[in-house]
Amino acid sequence: MTASFDPPLEHAPASRLNGRTAFIVAMLAILALLPVYTTLTGDSFVMTLFSRVLILAIGAVSLNLIMGYGGMVSFGHAAYLGIGGYAVGILAKEGIGSGFVQWPVAIAVSALYALVVGALSLRTRGVYFIMITLAFAQMIYYVVIGLERYGGDDGLTIYQRSRFGGFIDLNNKTVFYYLCFVLLMASIYLVSRLVNSRFGLVIRGTRSNERRMRAIGFPTFRYKLVCFVIAGALCGLAGALLANHTSFISPALMHWTRSGDLIVMVVLGGLGSLFGPLIGTVAFLLLEEALSRVTEYPDMILGPVLLLVAIYLHGGIEGLLQWRRHD
Amino acid sequence: MTSPLLQIDRLTKRFGGVVAADAITLDIPPGEFHAVIGPNGAGKTTLVSLLAGEVAPQEGTIRFERSDITRLPVYRRSRLGLARSFQISSLFSDFTAIENVALATQAHRGHSFRFWRDARREAALRKPARAALARVGLAARAHVRVDRMSHGEHRQLEIAMALATTPRMLLLDEPMAGMGPEESVQMVATLRQLKGAMTILLIEHDMDAVFALADRITVLVYGRVIASGRPAEIKADAAVRQAYLGEKESSGHE
Repeated sequence: MTASFDPPLEHAPASRLNGRTAFIVAMLAILALLPVYTTLTGDSFVMTLFSRVLILAIGAVSLNLIMGYGGMVSFGHAAYLGIGGYAVGILAKEGIGSGFVQWPVAIAVSALYALVVGALSLRTRGVYFIMITLAFAQMIYYVVIGLERYGGDDGLTIYQRSRFGGFIDLNNKTVFYYLCFVLLMASIYLVSRLVNSRFGLVIRGTRSNERRMRAIGFPTFRYKLVCFVIAGALCGLAGALLANHTSFISPALMHWTRSGDLIVMVVLGGLGSLFGPLIGTVAFLLLEEALSRVTEYPDMILGPVLLLVAIYLHGGIEGLLQWRRHD
Repeated sequence: MTSPLLQIDRLTKRFGGVVAADAITLDIPPGEFHAVIGPNGAGKTTLVSLLAGEVAPQEGTIRFERSDITRLPVYRRSRLGLARSFQISSLFSDFTAIENVALATQAHRGHSFRFWRDARREAALRKPARAALARVGLAARAHVRVDRMSHGEHRQLEIAMALATTPRMLLLDEPMAGMGPEESVQMVATLRQLKGAMTILLIEHDMDAVFALADRITVLVYGRVIASGRPAEIKADAAVRQAYLGEKESSGHE
């Protein structure tokens, strides 16, 4: 499973200013200032689109933690978006509108689901692992379709966004955008601490050579499981955000193709790099948006683009940016 | 008399119809440098895998410091102080040398459910790692990525990683496999330096090295111990000469 993905082990970030750093700083600056543009021009479409980018980027950051750093290719990651989203939607429908309840529930249920899926799937590897994560996601998908009370196949409209007392008003698009931005930055920072900690080195060592990890004394399974749960919880948060973003949830949120999209975003951006998932999500959603304006079949173009990335750009876009001569 | 550190009692492993370990009984006292030799397919690597816990025996027991470890998982044995090196280098190829060794150190310094602090800046992990690298002559290569190191350096790094787990006993599976003469000399020097400092079970094809280093030698043929004793006794043993040393000329590396 790990042979095909081989991101270089990233060292403590060098402070040296190079093309890659400049690119990332510029991208973050644009993202941070986007609401200013919207205020000036009154064009709210861009902000809506990019709120979605930021939310899905959190999902991609979460997937990158297990897939890029841990070598665990989960093909059911959209399930967490769905679980997080439905946690918010179901609670809202039942009259519990407080985000202080909804969001922790979204995170906790996602973590619990990850614990169950991980406990069963992490004993297998390679293609079996991929299939089991997919099978679980499909199961959840059909369970949700069966929830007649919550819209079943048709989905569920959320009439009121999560309420946070007087602190944050999610109905304000700018506030919501910045909340997503801050949470994305926080998750990238969290991952950066995590992957360089003792725990992170165990995860990366296990991706590199699990047999050796056991031989030097690590019970690898429990570390992988904890990593899987952390990623699940983080993606559950993205799901809660997504439900608030669209004010509507449906089983389509966790269709298996959505899991595929998340994998594509991570691979496109660069496996096992801190900002890769964000870069990949921006590229993927912008490409999708642009292509859908010129053609009815954006996948016809998106497909070959991905193929080229997979063949020629092993480190994804992020890898391209830090490309140097090899000694 | 001190009790043996490692006691192997009638250890048997069959793969289908092939008996890879046939009622192997062997005691290794603390501090001994014990070598296991045997022709290709004698079951030497199977013995290491059994002792390390990667395969489970059908019969027999393994005791380490008197406690039964026959069914213990691999990582628990490492925790008890039983370290191994691999015949085919098994390293973290995308890590630097010191990162490889520091990870081995980390495995034996408490649990690793520590999520925040930069582990690469922990002196408690780096210092012992550096010491282990120095012991095998790789101090100057600490920050080189493993996939850019030579085969001989990989073999030395294998040993350094085993050492970094602060073992009571080392299981060395053909540390000289695939080495040139010069590299072999270096490896013998490394092993000689370790001799006496810890108990060692060495599996090796290189006869010169084995006879130069070992306190005792066990000869394995078709999974069975046919002789065990001091180097001089092994050299003189008729069964050994016939079964193994006689055909040494014709057998290459595995």
